[in-house]
Amino acid sequence: MKRVAIQSADFDVATELAALEALGGGGVASFTGIVRGEGGLIALELEHYPAMTAAQVDRIVDEALARWPLLGVNIIHRFGRLEPGARIVFVGTVSRHRTAALESCAFLIDWLKSDAPFWKKEHFADGATAWVAARAEDEAKAKGWTA
Amino acid sequence: MITIVYFAWVRESIGHDEERVERPAPGVTVADLIAQLATRGGGYAQVLSDPAKLRAAIDQRFVPLDTVIGDAKEVALFPPVTGG
Repeated sequence: MKRVAIQSADFDVATELAALEALGGGGVASFTGIVRGEGGLIALELEHYPAMTAAQVDRIVDEALARWPLLGVNIIHRFGRLEPGARIVFVGTVSRHRTAALESCAFLIDWLKSDAPFWKKEHFADGATAWVAARAEDEAKAKGWTA
Repeated sequence: MITIVYFAWVRESIGHDEERVERPAPGVTVADLIAQLATRGGGYAQVLSDPAKLRAAIDQRFVPLDTVIGDAKEVALFPPVTGG
Protein backbone atom coordinates (compact mmCIF):
# COMPACT_ATOMS: atom_id res chain seq x y z
CA MET A 1 0.00 0.00 0.00
CA LYS A 2 1.32 3.40 -0.95
CA ARG A 3 -0.57 6.52 -0.01
CA VAL A 4 0.52 10.14 -0.31
CA ALA A 5 -1.82 12.95 0.70
CA ILE A 6 -1.05 16.66 0.58
CA GLN A 7 -3.95 18.38 2.31
CA SER A 8 -5.00 21.29 4.49
CA ALA A 9 -7.34 19.13 6.59
CA ASP A 10 -6.29 17.48 9.83
CA PHE A 11 -6.00 13.70 10.05
CA ASP A 12 -6.62 11.07 12.69
CA VAL A 13 -3.48 9.18 13.70
CA ALA A 14 -5.37 6.19 15.13
CA THR A 15 -7.24 5.71 11.85
CA GLU A 16 -4.03 5.92 9.84
CA LEU A 17 -2.24 3.46 12.13
CA ALA A 18 -5.16 1.01 12.05
CA ALA A 19 -5.02 0.95 8.24
CA LEU A 20 -1.29 0.21 8.37
CA GLU A 21 -1.74 -2.48 11.05
CA ALA A 22 -4.29 -4.24 8.84
CA LEU A 23 -1.67 -4.90 6.14
CA GLY A 24 -0.35 -8.04 7.81
CA GLY A 25 3.16 -6.85 8.66
CA GLY A 26 5.00 -7.56 11.89
CA GLY A 27 5.86 -3.96 12.67
CA VAL A 28 4.38 -0.51 12.13
CA ALA A 29 6.53 2.60 12.67
CA SER A 30 5.23 6.14 12.56
CA PHE A 31 6.23 9.75 13.04
CA THR A 32 3.85 12.63 13.69
CA GLY A 33 5.16 16.19 13.41
CA ILE A 34 3.48 18.83 15.61
CA VAL A 35 3.64 22.65 15.55
CA ARG A 36 5.71 23.84 18.53
CA GLY A 37 4.39 26.96 20.27
CA GLU A 38 7.74 28.41 21.27
CA GLY A 39 8.85 32.03 21.50
CA GLY A 40 5.40 33.57 21.17
CA LEU A 41 4.54 31.65 18.01
CA ILE A 42 0.81 31.76 17.31
CA ALA A 43 0.73 30.04 13.91
CA LEU A 44 2.81 28.36 11.28
CA GLU A 45 1.84 28.95 7.67
CA LEU A 46 2.89 26.21 5.28
CA GLU A 47 3.20 27.08 1.62
CA HIS A 48 3.92 24.44 -1.02
CA TYR A 49 4.32 23.97 -4.77
CA PRO A 50 1.02 22.29 -5.68
CA ALA A 51 2.10 21.18 -9.16
CA MET A 52 5.15 19.46 -7.74
CA THR A 53 4.56 18.38 -4.13
CA ALA A 54 2.65 15.12 -4.51
CA ALA A 55 4.90 13.89 -7.34
CA GLN A 56 8.04 14.76 -5.39
CA VAL A 57 6.82 13.05 -2.20
CA ASP A 58 5.87 10.08 -4.37
CA ARG A 59 9.46 9.89 -5.62
CA ILE A 60 10.75 9.92 -2.04
CA VAL A 61 8.35 7.08 -1.16
CA ASP A 62 9.54 5.08 -4.18
CA GLU A 63 13.10 5.51 -2.94
CA ALA A 64 12.09 4.05 0.45
CA LEU A 65 10.25 1.16 -1.24
CA ALA A 66 13.37 0.39 -3.26
CA ARG A 67 15.56 0.31 -0.13
CA TRP A 68 13.44 -1.55 2.40
CA PRO A 69 11.01 -4.48 2.12
CA LEU A 70 7.87 -2.53 3.01
CA LEU A 71 4.27 -3.67 2.94
CA GLY A 72 2.94 -0.15 3.23
CA VAL A 73 3.87 3.53 3.33
CA ASN A 74 1.52 6.35 4.22
CA ILE A 75 2.51 10.02 4.15
CA ILE A 76 0.23 12.93 4.97
CA HIS A 77 1.64 16.46 4.81
CA ARG A 78 -0.56 19.44 5.62
CA PHE A 79 -0.35 22.96 4.25
CA GLY A 80 -2.04 26.23 5.22
CA ARG A 81 -2.22 27.93 8.61
CA LEU A 82 -1.56 25.65 11.57
CA GLU A 83 -1.61 26.60 15.24
CA PRO A 84 0.62 25.28 18.04
CA GLY A 85 -0.30 21.70 18.86
CA ALA A 86 -1.60 21.01 15.35
CA ARG A 87 -0.36 18.00 13.43
CA ILE A 88 1.74 18.94 10.38
CA VAL A 89 2.95 15.64 9.00
CA PHE A 90 2.44 11.91 9.38
CA VAL A 91 4.77 9.18 8.16
CA GLY A 92 3.79 5.54 8.65
CA THR A 93 5.63 2.45 7.44
CA VAL A 94 4.90 -1.28 7.73
CA SER A 95 7.26 -4.17 7.30
CA ARG A 96 7.57 -7.77 8.44
CA HIS A 97 10.27 -6.70 10.92
CA ARG A 98 10.91 -3.64 13.05
CA THR A 99 14.26 -2.56 11.57
CA ALA A 100 12.94 -1.89 8.08
CA ALA A 101 9.87 -0.11 9.47
CA LEU A 102 11.86 2.12 11.84
CA GLU A 103 14.68 2.92 9.42
CA SER A 104 12.41 3.71 6.49
CA CYS A 105 10.24 5.95 8.69
CA ALA A 106 13.33 7.94 9.78
CA PHE A 107 14.55 8.10 6.18
CA LEU A 108 11.21 9.41 4.95
CA ILE A 109 10.90 12.21 7.49
CA ASP A 110 14.53 13.26 6.95
CA TRP A 111 13.93 13.42 3.20
CA LEU A 112 10.62 15.26 3.55
CA LYS A 113 12.50 17.97 5.47
CA SER A 114 15.15 18.49 2.82
CA ASP A 115 13.50 17.40 -0.42
CA ALA A 116 9.80 18.23 -0.44
CA PRO A 117 8.74 21.68 -1.74
CA PHE A 118 7.28 23.18 1.45
CA TRP A 119 8.14 26.47 3.15
CA LYS A 120 7.19 27.49 6.69
CA LYS A 121 6.39 31.01 7.78
CA GLU A 122 6.14 31.80 11.48
CA HIS A 123 3.53 34.22 12.84
CA PHE A 124 4.16 35.67 16.30
CA ALA A 125 1.84 37.19 18.91
CA ASP A 126 3.38 40.67 18.41
CA GLY A 127 2.48 40.60 14.71
CA ALA A 128 6.00 39.79 13.51
CA THR A 129 6.52 37.14 10.83
CA ALA A 130 9.58 35.20 9.74
CA TRP A 131 10.29 32.55 7.13
CA VAL A 132 11.93 29.52 8.69
CA ALA A 133 15.49 29.10 7.43
CA ALA A 134 16.62 25.69 6.21
CA ARG A 135 18.97 24.05 8.68
CA ALA A 136 22.27 22.68 7.40
CA GLU A 137 21.95 19.74 9.79
CA ASP A 138 18.63 18.70 8.21
CA GLU A 139 20.28 18.69 4.80
CA ALA A 140 23.21 16.69 6.20
CA LYS A 141 20.83 14.17 7.79
CA ALA A 142 19.02 13.53 4.54
CA LYS A 143 22.26 13.26 2.60
CA GLY A 144 23.54 10.82 5.24
CA TRP A 145 21.09 8.27 3.83
CA THR A 146 22.71 8.41 0.38
CA ALA A 147 25.86 6.66 1.58
CA MET B 1 7.14 31.90 -23.61
CA ILE B 2 7.87 30.11 -20.37
CA THR B 3 6.27 30.40 -16.95
CA ILE B 4 8.28 31.39 -13.88
CA VAL B 5 6.78 30.60 -10.49
CA TYR B 6 7.99 31.97 -7.15
CA PHE B 7 7.53 30.70 -3.61
CA ALA B 8 7.97 31.88 0.00
CA TRP B 9 10.05 35.05 0.49
CA VAL B 10 11.03 35.10 -3.17
CA ARG B 11 7.32 35.39 -4.05
CA GLU B 12 6.69 38.00 -1.36
CA SER B 13 9.55 40.24 -2.40
CA ILE B 14 8.80 40.01 -6.13
CA GLY B 15 5.14 40.67 -5.45
CA HIS B 16 3.50 37.95 -7.52
CA ASP B 17 3.58 34.18 -7.66
CA GLU B 18 3.79 33.62 -11.39
CA GLU B 19 4.68 35.34 -14.65
CA ARG B 20 5.27 34.58 -18.31
CA VAL B 21 8.50 35.63 -20.00
CA GLU B 22 10.06 35.19 -23.44
CA ARG B 23 11.69 31.79 -23.86
CA PRO B 24 15.40 32.18 -23.01
CA ALA B 25 17.93 31.59 -25.80
CA PRO B 26 19.38 28.08 -26.14
CA GLY B 27 22.10 27.49 -23.56
CA VAL B 28 20.71 29.94 -21.01
CA THR B 29 20.85 28.47 -17.50
CA VAL B 30 18.65 29.05 -14.45
CA ALA B 31 21.50 31.13 -12.97
CA ASP B 32 21.55 33.28 -16.13
CA LEU B 33 17.78 33.79 -15.85
CA ILE B 34 18.13 34.79 -12.18
CA ALA B 35 20.85 37.33 -13.07
CA GLN B 36 18.69 38.72 -15.87
CA LEU B 37 15.60 39.05 -13.62
CA ALA B 38 17.71 40.73 -10.90
CA THR B 39 18.47 43.62 -13.29
CA ARG B 40 14.79 44.61 -13.10
CA GLY B 41 15.65 46.14 -9.70
CA GLY B 42 13.22 46.54 -6.76
CA GLY B 43 12.03 43.33 -5.17
CA TYR B 44 13.64 41.30 -7.94
CA ALA B 45 17.11 42.69 -7.20
CA GLN B 46 16.53 42.28 -3.47
CA VAL B 47 15.95 38.53 -3.55
CA LEU B 48 17.75 37.48 -6.72
CA SER B 49 21.09 39.23 -6.27
CA ASP B 50 22.41 36.46 -4.02
CA PRO B 51 21.76 33.21 -5.94
CA ALA B 52 23.52 31.13 -3.26
CA LYS B 53 20.35 31.57 -1.18
CA LEU B 54 18.10 30.26 -3.97
CA ARG B 55 17.00 26.85 -5.17
CA ALA B 56 15.23 25.98 -8.41
CA ALA B 57 13.05 23.46 -10.17
CA ILE B 58 12.50 22.95 -13.88
CA ASP B 59 9.17 21.39 -14.86
CA GLN B 60 8.57 20.41 -11.22
CA ARG B 61 11.95 18.74 -10.64
CA PHE B 62 14.71 20.17 -8.44
CA VAL B 63 17.76 21.19 -10.49
CA PRO B 64 21.12 22.85 -9.79
CA LEU B 65 21.23 26.52 -10.82
CA ASP B 66 23.68 25.79 -13.65
CA THR B 67 21.04 23.71 -15.48
CA VAL B 68 20.15 24.82 -19.01
CA ILE B 69 16.48 25.82 -19.31
CA GLY B 70 16.17 24.43 -22.83
CA ASP B 71 12.59 23.64 -23.86
CA ALA B 72 11.21 23.63 -20.30
CA LYS B 73 7.70 24.96 -19.71
CA GLU B 74 8.08 26.07 -16.10
CA VAL B 75 10.96 27.34 -13.97
CA ALA B 76 10.44 27.71 -10.21
CA LEU B 77 12.59 29.88 -7.94
CA PHE B 78 12.43 29.59 -4.16
CA PRO B 79 14.44 29.43 -0.90
CA PRO B 80 15.75 26.11 0.43
CA VAL B 81 12.74 24.02 1.49
CA THR B 82 11.62 23.72 5.12
CA GLY B 83 8.93 21.04 5.19
CA GLY B 84 8.48 18.05 7.45
